[in-house]
Amino acid sequence: MLPASAKAPHKQSRKQSISIGRGTRKRDEDSGTEVGEGTDEWAQSKATVRPPDQLELTDAELKEEFTRILTANNPHAPQNIVRYSFKEGTYKLIGFVNQLAVHYTQVGNLIPKDSDEGRRQHYRDELVAGSQESAKVISETENLEEDEEPKELETESGSQTDVPAAGAAEKVTEEELMTPKQPKERKLTNQFNFSERASQTFNNPLRDRECQMEPPPRTNFSATANQTDDIIKVSQAAKIVERMVNQNTYDDVAQDFKYYEDAADEYRDQVGTLLPLWKFQNDKAKRLSVTALCWNPKYRDLFAVGHGSYDFMKQSRGMLLLYSMKNPSFPEYMFSSDSGIMCLDIHVDHPYLVAVGHYDGNVAIYNLKKPHSQPSFRSSAKSGKHSDPVWQVKWQKDDMDQNLNFFSVSSDGRIVSWTLVKSELVHVDVIKLKVEGSTTEVPEGLQLHTVGCGTAFDFHKEIDYMFLVGTEEGKIYKCSKSYSSQFLDTYDAHNMAVDAVSWNPYHTKVFMSCSSDWTVKIWDHTIKTPMFIYDLNSAVGDVAWAPYSSTVFAAVTTDGKAHVFDLAINKYEAICNQPVAAKKKNKITHVQFNPIHPIIIVGDDRGHIICLKLSPNLRKMPKEKKGQEVQKGPAVEIAKLDKLLNLVREVKIKT
Amino acid sequence: MNEWMNTDREPDPLPSSLPGPTAPSLGEPQAEVEETLKRIQSHKGVIGTMVVNAEGIPIRTTLDNSTTVQYAGLLHHLTMKAKSTVRDIDPQNDLTFLRIRSKKHEIMVAPDKEYLLIVIQNPCE
Repeated sequence: MLPASAKAPHKQSRKQSISIGRGTRKRDEDSGTEVGEGTDEWAQSKATVRPPDQLELTDAELKEEFTRILTANNPHAPQNIVRYSFKEGTYKLIGFVNQLAVHYTQVGNLIPKDSDEGRRQHYRDELVAGSQESAKVISETENLEEDEEPKELETESGSQTDVPAAGAAEKVTEEELMTPKQPKERKLTNQFNFSERASQTFNNPLRDRECQMEPPPRTNFSATANQTDDIIKVSQAAKIVERMVNQNTYDDVAQDFKYYEDAADEYRDQVGTLLPLWKFQNDKAKRLSVTALCWNPKYRDLFAVGHGSYDFMKQSRGMLLLYSMKNPSFPEYMFSSDSGIMCLDIHVDHPYLVAVGHYDGNVAIYNLKKPHSQPSFRSSAKSGKHSDPVWQVKWQKDDMDQNLNFFSVSSDGRIVSWTLVKSELVHVDVIKLKVEGSTTEVPEGLQLHTVGCGTAFDFHKEIDYMFLVGTEEGKIYKCSKSYSSQFLDTYDAHNMAVDAVSWNPYHTKVFMSCSSDWTVKIWDHTIKTPMFIYDLNSAVGDVAWAPYSSTVFAAVTTDGKAHVFDLAINKYEAICNQPVAAKKKNKITHVQFNPIHPIIIVGDDRGHIICLKLSPNLRKMPKEKKGQEVQKGPAVEIAKLDKLLNLVREVKIKT
Repeated sequence: MNEWMNTDREPDPLPSSLPGPTAPSLGEPQAEVEETLKRIQSHKGVIGTMVVNAEGIPIRTTLDNSTTVQYAGLLHHLTMKAKSTVRDIDPQNDLTFLRIRSKKHEIMVAPDKEYLLIVIQNPCE
C-alpha cells in the first residue's frame, strides 16, 4: 500500500470518489432488502454537490499537470540523521538512511537441516521412528499369536505379552546392534493384570549430633586510657577527695575520736575503758607482724608502722608503712624491703627521716620526701652491719659536724653509733655488751667473754650520755656513751629477755622495763631493786609511758590485752584491762601513745593496727583543790610520782 | 582424642589480675594518681567519680554520659561561685573543697589549678 505523496486536493478525484461510492452503494442496494425505489432517485440525480470550503481555482490552474513519482522511500524515515563522530569531534550527516519499514514480524521455528540443531532433531526423530517400528513389529507378532490361541488371551495375556515382549526384546536388541544408542524399550504393562513391585531400603532418620568445647576461662580486662598525661595534676585533689570519702565512711569514728567521752566513767571510779576507733591494715602487710610503731613528731596524725616477723624460722620480707588517721584505708607511704623490719625511729628535727633496723642486721634511712621503695642510705656487710637482728634504733642529736646520727642495738652484743657523713653511713662501735661474770681464763691468758645480746635500749631525756640497755639474759645495764667497756650500773631485772625499757618522760630517775616473763617493773635508777612490779599473766610485748602524766602507762600482752595503769589512782592494779586484738588469737606486739591526742595505737602479729581512745578515767589530771590554781607542767608530775615513790621507798627502807 | 571435662570451679584468675608491683613502689606519679582514683571509686558507698577540666568539660568519668555532662556543667558553675565567694571575703584565702550533702547522697568537689575532681558518695549505708 502506498500512500499518495501528492498533497493538493483534487476536485476531480473527489468527484470521482463520490461517484464511485455511489456506484458501489447501488450494487449493495441490489442485494439489500430495505432500499427500494428511493435509490433510483439517488442514482438518477447526478448533480455535483459543492462543499462550501472548496478551493476556487482558475481553468489554467485546473488544467495544470502535476507529476507524481512513486518511490520506494519510507515517508516516515527521517531524512537528515546526524551522528557524532568521536574521531573528528563533530556532528556528521549520515547520507544513507534506513528506508525499511517493518509492518509485521513473527518469530518462527524453522531451522536449516544441515545445522547442528537440525541434525540432532533429525536423529532423534529417527530413534523415535525406530521404536515405533519395533512396536509395530510386536503388535504384528501379537496379532499372529492371537489368531492362533484366542482363548489363552484372557488368562495368560500377561505371559503372552511377556513372550512376545521377549521376542520383541530380541528384535529390539537386534535393532540396537544395528543402530547404536537406541533407547531402552519401554516396559509394556498388561492393562488387565499388572502389579508393580518395588522396594526401598529403610532410610535412617537424620539426627544432628553436635559437641561443643568448654568455653575458655575469661576475665574482664578493663582499663581507662587517658588522652593526656595531665592526670598528674589531679593528684593533690585526688588525695583530698580520698580523705573526704574515708571521712564519710568512717564518720562516726571521726566524731567519736574528736568528741566522744565515755560518760560512764563518772560512775566507775578507778576504772577506765579503751574505745576502738580506726583499724589500719594493708593487704601487702597481711601476714607480717607489727614490729615497730612510732608517731611522727611533727604531723601528729601520721604514724609509722614497721612490719616483719619475729619467727626465727619464717623470715620473709619487711614493710614500712606510714598511715594518717585521716585516711584509714590506704597508707600515705609504703616501702618494702627484703628483710623484716624490726624497729624504727623518726627524727625529731627532720620528720621526713626514718631510721630502720632490719632482721638481717642492716640499718637504713628512708627519706619520705623521696618516696621510692629504696632507702636513701643503707648499711652493708662491709660498712659494719650487725650480725644479728637489730632490735632498736634511736636518733640522737647531730654530732659536732651537724651530721645525722643514730644508735642501734642488736643481739650480736654491739651497740653501734651510725653517722651520716657525706651520704654514707659510718659506724662506730660504742659498746660491746659482755655478760658479766662470764669471763673465763683461756690457756693463752686471754680473757674470753660471752657476748651479751641487747634487745632494747633507751636514752635519758636530759643526761645525754646515759642510756639503758636491756638484754636477753634479763639484765639491764646503765651505760654511758663515753665508756665502751664498763657499765655504770647493772640491774638484775628479769628472768627472761627484756623486751622494752623506757625512761619516764617527766621524772628523770624513773624508768620502766617489761619482759616475756610476764612482768612489768618500775625502777628508780639509783636503787637496784624495782619500785613496782606488776604481773600480767602473759608475756608483755611492750610498755609505754603516757605523755600527759608521769604516773600513767600502758602495757600490751600476747593474749591480746591492753593494760593501762595509773599509779596515782591504783598502785597495785591496772585501771583498765581490755582485750583489744582484732581477732582473739592475735597477739599484741607494740603500743604507742599519741603525743597530743588521747589515743593509743596497738599493733598485733597479723599486721593490724588498732587505734583506741582513752576514756576520761585514764587521763585523770590532779583534782583542783578549792581555792587553788591547778598546777600543770612537769614539776607537778614529778612531784606526784615522787610522792608515790617515797611511799615505796619508805617501806623498803623499813624492811 | 582429648576429653573435655567440666570443672566445677571457676577458672583461675589470670596472672594479670593478681597485684604486682604497684605504682607507688615504682615511683610513677601518673600511675599513683590512677591508683588513688581507682581506690576512691571502689570505696564503700561511692557512686561515681569524674574529672572535669577548667572549662567544665569532663575528661574522665565512671558514670554515663548524660549524667556526667549534667554534673560537670552544674558543679563547675557552683565551684566557680564558691571560689569567688571565698576570695571576695578574703583575697588571701582559697577554696580547698566543697561538699554538698543532700538527702540521697553527698557530692564532694575538690578544685585544683586546672581540674576539678568530683566524687558522689552515699555515706550512710
